[in-house]
Amino acid sequence: MSQLETKLDVTSHAFRTNVDFMNAYVLKVRGVEANILKSEEKYRDRASKRGKLLPRERLAHLLDPSAPFLELNSIAGYLMNGDTDGSSAGGNIIVGIGFVNGRRVLVMVWNYAIKGGTITTATTRKNLRLQEIAFQTRLPIISLSESGGGNLAGGGDPDPWGAHGFLDGGRVYAQQAELSAAGIPQVTVSHGNATAGGAYQVALSDYVVLIKGQTQLFLAGPPLLKAATGEEADHETLGGAEMHATISQTGEYLAENDADGIRTARDIVDQFPPDASRRLIRDKEIQEPLYPAEELRGIVSEDKRIPYDMREVIMRVSDGSKFFEFEPTVDQHTVCGHVNVGGWRCGIITNNGPITPQGAKKASHFLQLCDQTNTPMIFLHNTTGFLVGVEAEQSGQVKHGSKMIQNVVNFRPPKISIIVGNSYGAGNYAMCSKSLKPAFVFSWPTARQAVMGGAQAAGVLRIVAEDRAAKTGQALTADQISELEKSSALLIESMEAESESMFCSSRMMDDGIIDPIDTREVLIFALETCMETDYRGTEPNTFGVARL
Amino acid sequence: MISKVLVANRGEIACRIIESVQAAGYAAVAVHSDADADALFTALADELVSLGGNTAAESYLDIEKVIQAAIASGSDAIHPGYGFLSENAQFADRCFQAGITFIGPSAEAIEIMGNKAAAKKLMLSTSVPCIPGYQDAAQDNKTLIQAAETIGYPVMVKAAAGGGGRGIRLVASADKFVESVESARAEAKSAFGSDELILEKAVVDARHIEIQIIADTRGNVLHLFERDCSAQRRHQKVIEEAPSPFMTDELRSAMGEAAVNAAKAVAYVGAGTVEFLVDKDRNFYFLEMNTRLQVEHPVTEMITGIDLVDWQLQIAAGGSLPLEQQDVEIQGHCIEVRIYAEDPANGFMPQTGELRLFEPDDGEGVRIDHGVYSGTVVSPYYDAMLAKVIAWGQNREEARRRLVRALKKTQVLGLTTNKTFLIQLLNETSFIKGDATTSFINDALLSRLKTDFSTLDYAIATAVLQDNNNPLAGWSNTAPMLRSETYRDGSDGAPQQVFCRQTETGFEVSVNDESIELMNVAFYQDQLTYTVNGVTRSANYAVWDDQVSVDIGDKVINLTRTTYHPVKGEDDAGNGNINASTEGLVIDVLVNVGDTVNKGDALVLVEAMKMEHRHIADGNGVVKKVNVEKGQQVKNRQLLIELAFTELDSTRVDNDETDLIQQASVEKTS
Repeated sequence: MSQLETKLDVTSHAFRTNVDFMNAYVLKVRGVEANILKSEEKYRDRASKRGKLLPRERLAHLLDPSAPFLELNSIAGYLMNGDTDGSSAGGNIIVGIGFVNGRRVLVMVWNYAIKGGTITTATTRKNLRLQEIAFQTRLPIISLSESGGGNLAGGGDPDPWGAHGFLDGGRVYAQQAELSAAGIPQVTVSHGNATAGGAYQVALSDYVVLIKGQTQLFLAGPPLLKAATGEEADHETLGGAEMHATISQTGEYLAENDADGIRTARDIVDQFPPDASRRLIRDKEIQEPLYPAEELRGIVSEDKRIPYDMREVIMRVSDGSKFFEFEPTVDQHTVCGHVNVGGWRCGIITNNGPITPQGAKKASHFLQLCDQTNTPMIFLHNTTGFLVGVEAEQSGQVKHGSKMIQNVVNFRPPKISIIVGNSYGAGNYAMCSKSLKPAFVFSWPTARQAVMGGAQAAGVLRIVAEDRAAKTGQALTADQISELEKSSALLIESMEAESESMFCSSRMMDDGIIDPIDTREVLIFALETCMETDYRGTEPNTFGVARL
Repeated sequence: MISKVLVANRGEIACRIIESVQAAGYAAVAVHSDADADALFTALADELVSLGGNTAAESYLDIEKVIQAAIASGSDAIHPGYGFLSENAQFADRCFQAGITFIGPSAEAIEIMGNKAAAKKLMLSTSVPCIPGYQDAAQDNKTLIQAAETIGYPVMVKAAAGGGGRGIRLVASADKFVESVESARAEAKSAFGSDELILEKAVVDARHIEIQIIADTRGNVLHLFERDCSAQRRHQKVIEEAPSPFMTDELRSAMGEAAVNAAKAVAYVGAGTVEFLVDKDRNFYFLEMNTRLQVEHPVTEMITGIDLVDWQLQIAAGGSLPLEQQDVEIQGHCIEVRIYAEDPANGFMPQTGELRLFEPDDGEGVRIDHGVYSGTVVSPYYDAMLAKVIAWGQNREEARRRLVRALKKTQVLGLTTNKTFLIQLLNETSFIKGDATTSFINDALLSRLKTDFSTLDYAIATAVLQDNNNPLAGWSNTAPMLRSETYRDGSDGAPQQVFCRQTETGFEVSVNDESIELMNVAFYQDQLTYTVNGVTRSANYAVWDDQVSVDIGDKVINLTRTTYHPVKGEDDAGNGNINASTEGLVIDVLVNVGDTVNKGDALVLVEAMKMEHRHIADGNGVVKKVNVEKGQQVKNRQLLIELAFTELDSTRVDNDETDLIQQASVEKTS
């Protein structure tokens, strides 16, 4: 494996301009996250009056000190689903992967401080994604629940709380049952409100912790009950913690307060099999890259037409900045090779331009080799798509592109995608975007996902219009030309906007936007999460766990 | 002839003796109790004999077991160390009968010097100055009161057979006299089996200065100068040094002569110590003679260059003293302190448990005698002394500086010790000036030296918790979260909440609105490195169960982390309604309306499925209503008894605890 040498001039004007551009972009994403925190903070006084911890404090209390934590989809639903100003992005729920009593677990903390932790489309989609990761990685799920139930204004997408959204919600409950049967434990601390749908989320968990004076777990609260049947009852009688712990048996553990409930959840996790990392030994000793991660911010330029060498990214994430390139003498646009990342053997496929027939063949061959040796694959997206043209078509571009997609889809070891820059057209598929179900996919702020670039799309439309005019033998009038230019400009603007990382991430076309300097850590974390899958130690059964 | 020496002791002194025994070419045999099976001294000995048992009485104090161990191992000499059987005349006699050399004086010498009254009478007859007092056979209160009047108050009441600070009372005036005599008498009876008391004039602001003597079997007696052990707490030595900063050449030769005379009066053989009180006018009075090697003997060894244990062996083998009085010289200065597993903040309560880390310093001029290693379990059965830290210097100040540094560098984790307290004492102005008398360590000083944990201490303890072996430790793709930790410190038991947030290179920790940032935090093999205010320091630490222990040199931070302790309910009581736990027959109702009950008291017995079910009070209170009677069939969950709870008096509980702590510290033996 040879050590890569950088050609990046970190003293150059271009490098510094790139860094400034990327920093501003990172700050923009961080700004949205900071606004969510601010919204949560507004609840602080009320929370402390009630003796409650804020959602992030609950999360911090649950996780082991200084253990790594990977948050997922922090800005899902940004400017959607009733989030009018960005202050309630994230779907009122915090989701991620962290460590509890030494075990890697999935966590979801209902952000009751924002809109009462009510469920919007984004909430449901984050919940479903979390469950998908649980199925794939066999990680237990710890839920710190407190939700006011469905947010009746939580739409934005068509049919927010009509039949479609309702059925999506039902899918969450169905998957809870499937996860239980699959041997994936689910622990829920019921910190407060859990009405109707929220009640099922709690009760379908394998372990339920109730909190004295806080849990309100029922199908219908006092007002709805009175309206429905005329019966009058208080919250505690209908669904208080002590009632459920002593009479209905809807919870197994009774805690005194938030911290005590979280302590109980930690004690429950402590009885799970020891962390998979105890049974899985990493492939190699870890070596740090030779180049600082900070330099990753200076590679991509604001002008997406300016090319850059993806090896500059590789040498800043791979162990010892080493890279064992595969077929380095064939096709300069598709770059493949072996690396170690955090001591894990990996393959990398990345692009320095469009994917050619030769490049597609190289990638497919490399995928098959890595599949044979159970080597996970990292895809670093930087492609404008499959190459077009007579030569490309006659060289079998469609065939080789299809085969590459086929190889990616059926590749068995873990697949992790990082969308660094362009990811257009079928190249987006071939490089294993969300649609091809990689284990994880993260975006740099500079990522762009679309069927094609806005300018190209506008050009296509203009050519089609000119062709149509030519067929009728009439030239375009000045008015028509100005109209066409106006609509082109609009199209370019909207397509550019809708291919932006924040637009895509709010629609969960990835698992979140990451700061480029975190790329190596994200990869190591994701790789370990995947590699440990077969070593969790929990067992499936046919019926799931039920409280009787 | 001696060929093999059995060391009838444990801990640091067993190690110390084994070292000299082996250096002299003899085989060393150790005896040990079950509790000491893994002790350091057992690893050093050439042969081992298990005595079994755990308590001292079952093991090291059992004369027959020790004698049998010597016979079984073929040992022809026994070194008793200090404590245990070292001053037991019966044991010395038993050795003689068994044909084993007892390394020490004759049974007769031990016998006489072991009785304060007899010793004093003998000393008076050999013109060794004694404190005016009463040491006669008549022990009735009337005689003692009269004797006290004759001596003049303040008066010391002492157990005649006493030692180790027990059975001693200082009586300031006549009105407290009888009360003190009676309590001293009771303590003497239970501790020493004899309630005989002596009275002595209390010498106020005195110094405790003792003379080391050594004598061979040919009547030669040397004195090896003094040790000043004035720094005492409750009559137990805390700091020992030589030479005494109070000493003059004339006083030294007068005291040395007196000590040699005292030894000659009992035909003493071996190493011994004659203890004196010296008043501010440099008058000295005989206190007692210890007929054994002293804990603090290394101080004398360091200033004379003599190996006292080696000399004891030479004498026991029939040799004569290698030097004459004029050949012995004082070189430099030496100070010793004893590290105990005890909690100064809690009335010096002895601590037991596992030592997570023990790392003695090896600085210039430093000698550390110890019997422990990282992993040693300190049991409740014996004295909790872990190590003696001894420092030698060209002069007193150099010795003191080296000792303070040696204490800081000696790492002790896992058990609370008096290390911080010792450092504080050595840094006290009056000690530095050499002014310490027996009243140096008093209540005022003890309360002044109490230290609370600072924000920095909490910050360090919290930083230590962040040591996570995951290669990605400390990393997250999201903003650092504010964590809260809760601790209970040993001194007042009050919970302390601490907030911690990760920063660029370390942690920002806040305690009660004061915050501090530890920068450049790094962990390497249980050592923390951090920078505060531009200064980088490192500290060893241990974290286990809910315990955090960090040695930052001049202080050891020992905290109980309660962050994840189960929370107890308000008063942990129920609601006072006692419901039937099953359907069944009431076979007994144990209370009536108006009865006072405590939580856990049985109230009603219900029989079901051939099993008796006790229904107990779920809080402290009074029975308000009894709804069932004997013979009645009850339904599940039927209300049986209603209680009215009384307020819990929490202050009372605290007082009880304090009393217990004080009691325990008083009962600690030296």
